[in-house]
Amino acid sequence: MIALFFRDLKLSVRAGGGTMIGVLFFMTVVAVVPFGVGPDLNLLSRIGPAMLWIGALLASLLGLDRLFQAEREDGSLDLLLMQETPLLMTVFVKCAAHWAATGLPLVIASPLLGLFMNMNELAIGATMLTLLAGTPAITFIGAVGAAVAVALPRGGLLVSILVLPLAIPVLIFGVSAVYAAIEDPAPFLPPFMILMAITLFFAVIGPVAAAAALRHSAD
Amino acid sequence: MRLLAEGLSARRGEDLIFNDISFALGAGEALVVTGPNGSGKSTLLRVLAGLLRAESGRLRIEGGPAEIAHPYELSHYLGHRNAMKQELTVRENLSFWQRFMGDSPGGSGIDVAAAAEAVGLAGITHLPFGYLSAGQQRRMAMAKLLAAYRPIWLLDEPTAALDAGADKLFAALVTAHLERGGILIAATHQPLGLGSTQSLQMKGFTH
Amino acid sequence: MSENSLAIRKFSDLANPTRFLALADRVLPWFAVATALLFAAGLWLSFTTEGDYQQGETVRIMYVHVPAAWLAMMCYTVMAISALGTLVWRHPLADVSAKAAAPIGACFTFLALVTGSLWGKPMWGAWWVWDARLTSVFVLFLMYLGLIALNRAMDDPARSARVSAVLVLVGFVNIPIIKFSVEWWNTLHQPASVLRLDGPTIDPEFLWPLFSMAVAFTLLFFTLHIAAMRNEIWRRRVTSLRRQAVRSAGREAQAL
Repeated sequence: MIALFFRDLKLSVRAGGGTMIGVLFFMTVVAVVPFGVGPDLNLLSRIGPAMLWIGALLASLLGLDRLFQAEREDGSLDLLLMQETPLLMTVFVKCAAHWAATGLPLVIASPLLGLFMNMNELAIGATMLTLLAGTPAITFIGAVGAAVAVALPRGGLLVSILVLPLAIPVLIFGVSAVYAAIEDPAPFLPPFMILMAITLFFAVIGPVAAAAALRHSAD
Repeated sequence: MRLLAEGLSARRGEDLIFNDISFALGAGEALVVTGPNGSGKSTLLRVLAGLLRAESGRLRIEGGPAEIAHPYELSHYLGHRNAMKQELTVRENLSFWQRFMGDSPGGSGIDVAAAAEAVGLAGITHLPFGYLSAGQQRRMAMAKLLAAYRPIWLLDEPTAALDAGADKLFAALVTAHLERGGILIAATHQPLGLGSTQSLQMKGFTH
Repeated sequence: MSENSLAIRKFSDLANPTRFLALADRVLPWFAVATALLFAAGLWLSFTTEGDYQQGETVRIMYVHVPAAWLAMMCYTVMAISALGTLVWRHPLADVSAKAAAPIGACFTFLALVTGSLWGKPMWGAWWVWDARLTSVFVLFLMYLGLIALNRAMDDPARSARVSAVLVLVGFVNIPIIKFSVEWWNTLHQPASVLRLDGPTIDPEFLWPLFSMAVAFTLLFFTLHIAAMRNEIWRRRVTSLRRQAVRSAGREAQAL
C-alpha cells in the first residue's frame, strides 16, 4: 500500500505529471478574476476567499479523470483488481496519493494567491485551513466520477460534469467557514465542523462507490 | 493443490462467448488454450483472473491455502498490456509490483535484479521503461512473474512480441515454474515449446 | 556529393555543441568570479549609500528589484531570439538556449515580484495591486511556468523545441506591454527613471549602486545560462547513451 502511494506520487511529480499543471491552472484561474471584476482592492478582498475556493475546486478536478484511466490503459488496473488487498483500500490510497500530489500543492499555493487578492492574514489563514480540510473531499468524490468514466474514451469532461454538482456542499461550507472566520458575529466552528464531516463522509463513501464502479466496469 | 473449473460459461453483452468449459489442473501441469481469433481465449483467461464474472459454472482451488477466497488471488495475469509505467524506471516498476503484490503462501519471489537477469535483460533496470523496445518491454513484464510469487500463471499471448531467442528463454522460465509445482494456463497461437501439456481447443460459439 | 554534404552537416551538428562545451568550460570560471566581485561591490555600494529621505531604508530594495525586473524581460528576449534561431536558422544550440533560459527567467521574475511586493507593502499599503505593470509581469511569470511545463511534458526535445518556440514568439507581445505599461496607462507603479531618451531622472547617488547591481545581475544571468545550457547538452547526451544502452542490451541477449 505504501508502495502504491509512493509510486503514484512519483508518477505525478515526474515529467508530464499533474502537480505543476494543477498549481499553474489554479494561479491562472485566480489571476483572471481581477481582469473580470476590475482591480478594486476592497471588492477583491471581499470575494477573494470564494475565488480561491472556486479556483481550487476546478484545479483539483483537472487531473482526476486520469486517476484510473491511466491504470486501465497500460493494464495495471487488472492487476490492482486481482489482489488480495481490498479494492477499496487500493482506491483510498490512490486518492490519498492524488491529493498529496495535486491537492496539497494548491493548499500551499493559496496564501500567495491570497496576497494577490488583497486578503488579510486572518482570511488567508482561514482559507488555507478550510482548503486543507475540504480538498480531500473533492478528490474522494472525484474518484467516484473517475471510476464511473474509466472505460469512456473522452471521460475527462464527463468526470467534471459528474463531480461538480456533488462537490457543491464542500464549496458552500468551505466558503461559509472562511467568511465566518472573517466576519465577527458568525461562529467559525459549526461550518468548519460540517466541512470536516463532509470530508470524512466522502472518505468512506467515495472509495466504496469507486471500488464498486471499477468492479463492474471491467470488461 | 489443484485448480478446478466446472462448466464455465461467459457472455459479453448478449452474446454467449463460450459454454461449459471444464478442466482440472494439478501442481506442475499446464493447459494451453488454442483457437481462432474471437473464440474466447482472452475472455476465458479474464474469467479465470476474476476480471469478468462467469455466467455460470464454478472455479475453485482444492488443497490450497485456507485463507484464499478466490483462485485469482493466487494468480499472475499477464494480459495484452504489460501493466508497467513508461515514466518509471524498470526497477521502480518491478519493485513496485513486488511490494504491492507480495508473495502467495508457499513460495517467494526473487530479487528484482535477478528477475531482470532471468529474462536476459540485466543491466538496464535503471532506465525508464519507455526506452525499451516492444520485445524488451514484454520480457520485463515477464520478469514481474518472477518478482512476486504466485503458483498460478495466466498468460494471454505471452510470446506475441518475442523473437526466437526470447521464445526459448520464455519456455525455460515456464518449465522452471512447472517444476516447482506451479500451474500454467496460456492462450496462444504459437507453440510454446513445452513438453507434455493439456490442451483446450476453443471453437467459438455460434447460435 | 549528397553523402558528403550529409556527413558535413552531421559533423557540424555534433561539433557545435562540443565546441560550445569546451568554450563554456573555459569562460564559466571567469564569469563566476566576475559575478561574485560585482555582486560584492554592488551590495557594498547599496548598503553604504544614504537612504531616501521619503522612503527611508526601504529604497534599498530597489537595488535588487529593478535589476531583477530588467533581467526578467531580458531573459525572455534571449528566449525569443533563441526561438527565432530554432525556427528560422535551425541552429542546433538555439533550442538548448531557450530551454535553459526558461527556469532562470522564472526565478528572476519571481524575485522581481517578491521584492516588488515587499516594497509595495510600506509604500502602497498592500502586498499587491492589480495595476498594468504588476499584472503584466505576473502574466510573464505565468508564461515562464507554462513554458517550463510544456518543455517537461514532451519527451522528444526536437519536437518540443519547435512547439515551444512558437509559443515563446507569440508571448513576446507581452514584453513591450510590460515596458511601456507605466506610460500607456496611468498606474501606481512609477514610470521609468533610468532608461529614458532625455537622460536618467534618478539621483546619481542611487544610480551607481543600481548600475553595478544591474551589471552583476546580467553577468549572473549569463553565468547561469551557460551552465544551464551545458547541463542540458549533457542531459541530452546521457539520454542518447541510455537509449543506446537499451538497444545494445537487446543485441547481447540475442547473441546468447
